[in-house]
Amino acid sequence: MPMQFPTDSVGLVQPQKKSFHEPISLISGRTLPGYELVYETYGELNQARSNAILVCHALSGDHHAAGFYANDKKPGWWDACIGPGKPFDTNRFHVVSVNNIGSCKGSTGPNTINPETGNYYGPDFPIVTVKDWVHTQHTLMQSLGIEKWAAVIGGSLGGMQAMQWSIDYPDKVGHALVIAAASRLSAQNIGFNEVARQAILSDPEFHGGHFYSHNTIPRRGLMLARMLGHITYLSDDAMRAKFGRELREGHLNYDFSVEFQVESYLRYQGSAFVEHFDANTYLLMTKALDYFDPASEYENDLVTALKQATAKFLVVSFTSDWRFAPERSKEIVKTLIEARRQVSYAEVEASGGHDAFLMPITYYMQVLNSYMDKVAEEVGA
Amino acid sequence: MKRPDLANIKQWIRPGSRVLDLGCGDGTLLSMLRDEMGVDGYGLEIEPENIIQCVRKGINVIQRDLDAGLSDFDEQTFDYVIMTQTLQAVHFPDRLLTEMLRVGHQGIVTFPNFGNWKNRLQLGIGGRMPVSKTLPAQWYDTMNIHLCTVKDFEDLCHQHDIRILERMVVDQAHRARTGTRLLPNLLGEIALFRCQRGSV
Repeated sequence: MPMQFPTDSVGLVQPQKKSFHEPISLISGRTLPGYELVYETYGELNQARSNAILVCHALSGDHHAAGFYANDKKPGWWDACIGPGKPFDTNRFHVVSVNNIGSCKGSTGPNTINPETGNYYGPDFPIVTVKDWVHTQHTLMQSLGIEKWAAVIGGSLGGMQAMQWSIDYPDKVGHALVIAAASRLSAQNIGFNEVARQAILSDPEFHGGHFYSHNTIPRRGLMLARMLGHITYLSDDAMRAKFGRELREGHLNYDFSVEFQVESYLRYQGSAFVEHFDANTYLLMTKALDYFDPASEYENDLVTALKQATAKFLVVSFTSDWRFAPERSKEIVKTLIEARRQVSYAEVEASGGHDAFLMPITYYMQVLNSYMDKVAEEVGA
Repeated sequence: MKRPDLANIKQWIRPGSRVLDLGCGDGTLLSMLRDEMGVDGYGLEIEPENIIQCVRKGINVIQRDLDAGLSDFDEQTFDYVIMTQTLQAVHFPDRLLTEMLRVGHQGIVTFPNFGNWKNRLQLGIGGRMPVSKTLPAQWYDTMNIHLCTVKDFEDLCHQHDIRILERMVVDQAHRARTGTRLLPNLLGEIALFRCQRGSV
């Protein structure tokens, strides 16, 4: 079937898969006997192999960051930024987007088969951390014949991976773009994650994580977790503008049915989410967020941690983001200056809350464009 | 492009030093100091358009409001903290000046001298707020909410135990002439000061 794509789209894309048979020791102390990584690439790797950039995904993201699958109406999750002429310009850069282990979108995770048992990993899948992901991404990088990323880029949990890359593999990262992220979660933020986890864990359909063999999914728990998450990713203003106190049927029913439009929206988002996301993965991803704290390896001193890095940094935050507030980004910037690293910081006026990092906001796009222009010049892309 | 105002500042900067530029604009000064003096610099700026220009130049630019102070920065993080033509546009020039000298060993400040005779003439004789090449805006749309004279600035330094290491008062073309040397507060249009904390 012939498909029409926008001219600034990477067009039809296909995921690829690589298997790694070496066991990997995880930060949790456990070992995976091997793993598979699903990834996508957009744009050509140049002769010098200098124009590769890595895009890291957030909690519910995956490797499908740009372009379309056959018969899909919606493009990948960061299509606003990846494509010909876009900030991560596929005419200049070779973009690699990888699905992390523990996810449920194709790479080895709870919903894949454990070769040692022949059953789904389920709740037995080990806890994975941002550092583990960076480790596996590095293995993929080597297998792709890439020696250095011109840039490692990510928003939210993805931004944490960009930071970790700069610390763990300093000579392999030219630039780190840390967007709407934090150097570690606040108590409030961990609190939200815990409520989400409890919603899943207390759903009777969860069956201790073995819901696959019961032919069910913990719909209610996962839906609640997502509904809560969704509220925290939006801003008060954005929700007010989008829903106000609008009623679905135009009148109050004085019962617990869906009355306000915002209730309808959240229920819809929640119930759509449970059909394509795994509850065990949701638990793992929130844990990876909670555990992220690169300073902990350096006597709780983030300055020392970031002194390992040689990359140049671009830090971006959004004014209405309260889940990863500008203050958290400013802490990163302050620390980078103390660590005598090169850093620029943009605070984007946006009403969209945490989710703003996915949106094509003009100033945000201009900052990314200008920054990536310099990166391209540096690496001859 | 020749920028005599920047050249005046450059001569006060030690090569290879660490510099913070408050209100760095489009990054012209910092890129010159980087290219010609090997300076390791950061700029603070609030205007998105300027931020983009800085990023284009490869300057380290931090988006923030100077009126929010410099509490993010530790003591003596920089060798020099520079503020060109910005002092008169912030809400609390005295506090910012003190803050500059907390986070930097030395401060370099430039501002339009309100004591210049042309301003005195326009206000004293003409009875209207001065408008000139150095102060082009009308009173109602000016960014300059805390204008001062050379003497006012020196008084402020004295009150806050700030030691003036060097002073240069120049004309509109950023040249120091006999007149601006002899009667800086009357004939000078732009004042440049290099200073540090008195107790240091």
